Amino acid sequence: MVELSGGEIVIQSLKDEGVEYVFGYPGGCVLHIYDAIFKQEDVKHVLVRHEQGATHAADGYARSSGKPGVVLVTSGPGATNAVTGIATAYMDSIPMVVITGQVPRPVIGTDAFQEVDTVGITRPCVKHNFLVKDVTDIAETMKKAFYLATSGRPGPVVVDIPKDITDPNIKVPYQYPSKVTMRSYSPVVSGDIGQTIKAIKLIKEARRPVIYSGGGVILGEASNELRELCRTLNFPVTQTLMGLGAFPGTDPQSIGMLGMHGTYEANMAMHESDLIIAIGARFDDRVTGKIAEFCPHAKIIHIDVDPASISKTITVDVPIVGQVKPILLDMLAQLKSLGETFDRARIADWWKQIEDWRAVDCMAYDKNSGTIKPQYVIEQLYQVTKGEAFVTSDVGQHQMFAAQFYPFDKPRRWINSGGLGTMGFGLPAAMGVKFAHPEADVACVTGEGSIQMCLQELSTMLQYDTPVKIINLNNGYLGMVRQWQEFTYKSRYSHSYMEALPDFKKLAEAYGHVGMQISKKEDVEPALREAFAMKDRTVFLDFLTDREENVYPMIEAGKAHNDMVMAPNSKYKRILA
Amino acid sequence: MSRQHIISVLLENESGALSRVAGLFSARAYNIESLTVAPTLDESLSRLTLVTIGSEETIEQIKKQLNKLVDVVKLIDLSESFSLERELALVKVKKSAAIVQRIEALDSDTLARIADETDGYLIVELSGENAWLDDFLQDMQDDVIEVVRTGVIGLSRGERALTL
Repeated sequence: MVELSGGEIVIQSLKDEGVEYVFGYPGGCVLHIYDAIFKQEDVKHVLVRHEQGATHAADGYARSSGKPGVVLVTSGPGATNAVTGIATAYMDSIPMVVITGQVPRPVIGTDAFQEVDTVGITRPCVKHNFLVKDVTDIAETMKKAFYLATSGRPGPVVVDIPKDITDPNIKVPYQYPSKVTMRSYSPVVSGDIGQTIKAIKLIKEARRPVIYSGGGVILGEASNELRELCRTLNFPVTQTLMGLGAFPGTDPQSIGMLGMHGTYEANMAMHESDLIIAIGARFDDRVTGKIAEFCPHAKIIHIDVDPASISKTITVDVPIVGQVKPILLDMLAQLKSLGETFDRARIADWWKQIEDWRAVDCMAYDKNSGTIKPQYVIEQLYQVTKGEAFVTSDVGQHQMFAAQFYPFDKPRRWINSGGLGTMGFGLPAAMGVKFAHPEADVACVTGEGSIQMCLQELSTMLQYDTPVKIINLNNGYLGMVRQWQEFTYKSRYSHSYMEALPDFKKLAEAYGHVGMQISKKEDVEPALREAFAMKDRTVFLDFLTDREENVYPMIEAGKAHNDMVMAPNSKYKRILA
Repeated sequence: MSRQHIISVLLENESGALSRVAGLFSARAYNIESLTVAPTLDESLSRLTLVTIGSEETIEQIKKQLNKLVDVVKLIDLSESFSLERELALVKVKKSAAIVQRIEALDSDTLARIADETDGYLIVELSGENAWLDDFLQDMQDDVIEVVRTGVIGLSRGERALTL
């Protein structure tokens, strides 16, 4: 058996796990591991400029590829800087393995230089974490970490490794375990068929059904099965922010996103529905609005891999616990054996109602405005990229505009921090996407607030040649904060105004990229075309947009689905009259 | 309606496992009335018993969230079946004839005895159901100098058992 040092075991484990990229930043406690990286070429290391960037890049890589993201950082500040990215991945159930250096075992607990209780700090925002205490435990722990991160409901796993067990002078026999079993962990795979049969019974009786699909469909690689189910049933489909693309957004059967900034038709359909089929979705508060008035007339079927997601906030009628894919296959088989036709005519009245709601044109904006409307930029981005780009976003108004105005027809194309809502996510995530899909067009939709939170990664992007197009919707405000202040604080814009913004064009140029500033509406489309034609360059497009545009519709916090603030340009009033 | 539940958990005997359980309760704002943990005959496992109060929905979530912890091997809600529960308390009192008489007058199926007498002070050892202990200590509160309780432990009666 080959003998390796602890540092070498860490890297060899990654290689044996099939890891291609590690996003990281060196420091004292991981120097032995970095020396092991230096001596091989299979596992490629990407040197970020801040550990938060490493975690978001690994996250973007994971979300766009389905493979686990891998991060390597040092102890103390290396680990604490990674925490925001770990929590981001945790909230959205993204598979990630984060290796953190720790001070040598003999000094743990002595407040040593760059010592922090990494396992303690990360405990509430990881699926699991480990402090490895012996060099002979490293390989098995790495195997467990990847197994935990990628199975069941995925999530980030932290492996904290004291420096002294990576010592190059201490070698131990190495064999990477081909599999690992843990008596305390056995994720559910297939669902209970009895529950599926109960669900089918409800489906048969439904007259106002809605399919409510979430990020779990994408994580569970079940988009094809979801599509088949939707085609079979001809029910309207609404998707969560995390689920966009699992079902094609351009399909007439799609009624758009639901929730706080969801469409009128999706939210009204949820409110009036008699059957909700929730698939890989978790009834997040941004989706449900006021719990007491959520879907008051509906029976609820809930498919989820995590038993703790069932009836957590909304009590459901038929839970089916297991992986989405096999459960949907069960459902399809059951439906087939029924021999019934679920055509649109079966629920014609319901579709008629939905089309009436859709006709309201709830997201309409002023197309004649002389200013650059942020929605217009996203529409043009969609046109120029033919709807085929990978789009990452930061958090705020621009994120909602992108989700609303760039319909995704494929899974894993829309990459955003839905659960934690992490500003600064978009740029490093876009870089991570580019590592997974070097040939694809990647756009980072951001704002002048968010982009400044992880801007330093522009430098990494030059070093590793990962060309991304940055769509900066610059309105000089922290737009979503300003919108809430307009709606609920009588326009008292407390600290939501960004003064002393940098010249983003020059800033991009200073980092070695291409910078553009676009201040006229007629320049939007040509600028986008020019930028995307520069295949091998990162281009920072600074769009000076309408300063006080709002995201509509909006369900204000604590309100019900049928209580929406509508876009001034929608036909809402006319329909009511 | 909120009700008290006794949940017994078999936990991997790993460092940090207890903090995962305690952290879960604080992070999700669940109640812990008492918590006791000790190794089992199988040294790779600890058995943890916790008492919590909550609505049926909350208790259901607590059990699901506990099961989700990777270090939790298995758990049982003792309140769902006919179970035996006990709690041990040590109580320090100043010795007096009245107190001694009171301890000795207790029912013979109640576990109460004077475990120590030093310099005119007694340590009384009491074991019984948590509610009985509450009442007893309430009655004695004017005499009690110090009290320590282990928290509730329990086993289900009959064949049902929490084992691997």
